[in-house]
This record gives sequence, structure tokens and C-alpha cells, in this order.
Amino acid sequence: MTGRPDIRRYPGFAAMAALCLAILYVPLAVVIAYSFNDSTSLTNWGGVSLRWYADLFTGVEAPRFRAAAWNSITIATLAATASTIIAAAAAVAMVRGGRFRGKGATFALINLPLMVPEIVTAVATLIFFSTIGLMTGYLTILIAHITFCIPFAYLPIAARLEGIEETFEQAARDLYATRAQAFRLILLPLMMPGVISGFLLAFIISLDDFIITNFVKGAGMETLPTAIFGSVKQGIKPNILALSTVMLTVSILFVTLSYFVNRLGQRSRA
Amino acid sequence: MAGHAASGAAGTGYRGLTGPLLLPAWAMIGIFLLLPVLLMTLYSFLTKEFRGGVDWTFSLAAYDRFLLSRGLFGDEPPVLEWTYITIFWRSIWQAGLATLICLIVGFPTAWFIATRPLHSRALWLFMITVPYWVNLLIRTVSLRFLLRDQGPLNDLLIGTGLLDSPLRIINTNLAVQLGLFYSYLPFMVLPIYAAVERYNFALSEAAADLYASRWTTLREIVLPVVRPGIIAGCILVFVPSLGAFLAPDLLGGAKTYMIGSLIEEQFKGSQGNWPFGAAVSVILMTLVLIVLMVYARARGRAEVR
Repeated sequence: MTGRPDIRRYPGFAAMAALCLAILYVPLAVVIAYSFNDSTSLTNWGGVSLRWYADLFTGVEAPRFRAAAWNSITIATLAATASTIIAAAAAVAMVRGGRFRGKGATFALINLPLMVPEIVTAVATLIFFSTIGLMTGYLTILIAHITFCIPFAYLPIAARLEGIEETFEQAARDLYATRAQAFRLILLPLMMPGVISGFLLAFIISLDDFIITNFVKGAGMETLPTAIFGSVKQGIKPNILALSTVMLTVSILFVTLSYFVNRLGQRSRA
Repeated sequence: MAGHAASGAAGTGYRGLTGPLLLPAWAMIGIFLLLPVLLMTLYSFLTKEFRGGVDWTFSLAAYDRFLLSRGLFGDEPPVLEWTYITIFWRSIWQAGLATLICLIVGFPTAWFIATRPLHSRALWLFMITVPYWVNLLIRTVSLRFLLRDQGPLNDLLIGTGLLDSPLRIINTNLAVQLGLFYSYLPFMVLPIYAAVERYNFALSEAAADLYASRWTTLREIVLPVVRPGIIAGCILVFVPSLGAFLAPDLLGGAKTYMIGSLIEEQFKGSQGNWPFGAAVSVILMTLVLIVLMVYARARGRAEVR
């Protein structure tokens, strides 16, 4: 065997992949590193400290951040719960319901929030709420979040359902289980990894949303992203780096969790 | 959509339930997204009122303002208005360039990952996906922090003696470009990876046996076969880049205005003009729909073939 190069290997491709990872992670790593900087100036390094993390709880902006965090977390929890239930029901109908009229249109409708540019969704939602006279605030944010989280919760649940054989439920039904029993005792436990994964992704999507929230939040209402945006507009301060690091850690934690729940589900199926 | 495989006569009892099960999803998205989008389209044909709001009388003023200029007092003969067309044009080429650069970095990355052993492939994919789930606002802020005139990048360049004065990147088209590229890079890698993973490497073997060089094989065999993945990746980068708001707003300045900032401005404060903002949104949405339809047709044709 001489001379013939490995067909899977191209010179420079490995370097490109390394570059890709570096581009994705260097800005985040820099922010994390500087969030531990014990200095009021952003530019000079004054040693390692947690003072900016303490500042999040005790500083001038602490009450604002606390209120924003409360709004963000409660909205994300409620929105993820609601959208996961709606998406799970839709996924069961789409995957288990056989052929029915309007199936293609339903699929398009469920994925509509992914197709419409985010800023257009934001504008349309604002116009809608203002026309029907619903005061912008907590409720409008919640409704908007439930709506655009549906496809994110739907995709992992539907993917999971498609991998579950119908024979398990058919066997249960043959043995005189009611439809409710077959669902509760067979299908629900089997689809649970998809449901959890969908919930976690919807939670993150809601927690992270800036553009739509910014349009429909109204005056005086803040979530963490809009509070961060407001502060950054005045210039980046060290406490923003600390807050960003906290949010970044939460996101990564949730995605990792979602990844392992999915893997666990796949292994138990195999 | 796979998965609605013809099930046996037994079924699982959900046939008659599809309506009630789908009702919440239909209602939520229908009422709070589809209806608002239709209402927005209607708004773009209404008359502007002072202090935001609209007057419910039909008017083409919003589209007229987008396309034509009638002088300061509106009494001169109409000439083509370039302000907004320029903003759209800038958005299109910025998004196009971001797509191209994402492709140049994303394709080799996707190929590299797809040719790793199975266990390290999962880790690589995970590493590529994680940044996507990190708040886009935080990622954009971190890029701004890194690129500032007195930021870590300039500190490094000056500290090592490579430069005497800071590189002024913030507020330029370059900064916005970097922001778009950085924001949507994972969107390019993932679909191309999915396509390369299904690629039959025996095709490359055959080409090599017939004395094709690796690069000829890449151009003549690989690229045509994985093209659907490449097109999907390009769409996933191009579409959100076109309507991006955070990158131009936080990394750019007045000269780097893009569609997203133009729309946002129409709904903020007393300077706003809701029908005009709605009209710009409708134009943006139409552009995106055209891109998606061209994509759907191209994919449909590829499947027939």
C-alpha cells in the first residue's frame, strides 16, 4: 500500500475544526475570566476575586437584577411547562394519529415560529396586543413565550415518539387496558426522556429570549436579558460580566442535562 | 416527516383524538402568531397617528415612504428614495457574506467531525451545539467586550508589540460581520454534518481508484452529494442574519444600520411610525418567504431526481 492518501482526510480540515471551536469559545472564556477580576476598571487585571458576584446581590443594581431574575425564572418555568404539555399532545396526535386531513398544514403551523424572523414575530405580537388592548407586561411576555417555545418542545418529543414501537401499547390494549391506562402506564414513561428534553430546551429558549420580550414587555418590566441589554447600552461594567457568567453556566448546565437525559433514553431503548 | 407509518388494523386508539390533542397547539400559534402576522400586514396599509398608534384608514403611505422621496415638505415630484433600499442592500450582503464565511469554516469542520470515530463524534457535536444554547445577547456582549478599543484583544496585540495603537473594530461593518458569523456558525455546521455523516465513502474510494485527486473528488463527488445539507446550512445562517438586531445594534454604529434596527426604531419612543415598521417587517418577511420557497422547490426537485 503506497501513496494512496486516506480519502477521509483533507489537509487543513482539522485546523479549521480547531479554529471553529476557538471562535465559538474564546469570547465566552474571556468574559468568564474577566468576571473574576478584582478591579473596578475593565482593562486592568487586579487579581482574582468574587467581588462582582457579591455585587450582583448587594450592589446598586441588585434590586433591579433580583426583580428581573424572578420574572425570568417564573416566566421560563410557566412557559416551558405550558408549551411542553401543548407540544406533547400535538406530538402524540401527529405521530400516533395516523393520516388525517390537514396534517401537512398542522406541521407547518407548529413550525411557524421557527420560520418567521424573530423581529417580525416581535412586531406582530406587539401590534396584536396593542390592538386587542391587552396591557403589555408579565402576561403578554408569558403568552408570547409559550407560543414560540412550542416547536422547540415539539421536536425532541416527536423524535422520541417516532422511535417507540406501537406494539407495546397494542399489547396493553389487547389485554384490556383502557386508552388512558395504556397512555399513563406505557406511552408516557417511554416518551418521558423526550418530554424532559423538550421542557429543558423550551426553558432555555424562554430564559434567553431578548428580542420578542423587549417588544412586548412594556415600560418598567424587565427580564434578565432586557436588564443586561439596558446596562450594556450604558457601557459594559464588570457586574455584567459576572451576571453573564452566571447565565452562561445555567444554560450550559441545562443543555448538558438535556443531552444526558436523551442519551439515557436511547440506552434504555437499546 | 417520517413516523406516520401505516400502523396495523389494531392502532393505538389515538385516531379519533387528533382534533382535541392538536387544538391547544392550533389555538396558541393560530391566535398568537398567525393572526398577529396577518394583523401586522393590515397595519402596514393604515395611516400613522401621532405618538405611535394608527388611524384605521387605508393608506399606502408606509410603502410610499419606503420607495419614494417627495422632498422635505412632500410637495416635490417623487424620486426613488435610497435610504431604506440601502439598508436592505447592506443587510443582504452582510448576511450573504456571513453565510459564505460560515460555509468556509463550517464545511471543513463538519467533514472533520463526521470522519471521527463514533464516540468522539458525539463530544465534538456537543461542543458545537453548546454555544447555540448560550444566550445570543450574552454572546454578542462578550464579543463586544473582546473587541473593544481597550479590550483584551487590543491589550494582547499592543502588549506583544504587534500594534502601536488599538485596532478600531467596534462600530464598523467588520464588527457586525464578525458578530453575525459568530452568532450563527453552529447553524452551518450541524446540517452539513448530518449530510456528510450519511455520505457513502465508497464513492470517494471509487474516485480515488480511478486516480482522481482528493480535491477533484471533493469538488466532483462529495459537494454534489452533500449539497442539500450545505443549502440547509446556508438558509439557517442567512435567514436569521438578515433580520438580526443584536449584532448590528451592539457591535455596529449608525453607518452599519441593518433591517432589524430600522424596524425596532419604528416602535420605540415618540419618533416611531407603526405602519412603516409593519411595512418594513412585511417586506423582510416576504424576502425570507421567497428564500424558503426557492429552497423548498430546489429540495423537491432534488428528491424527484
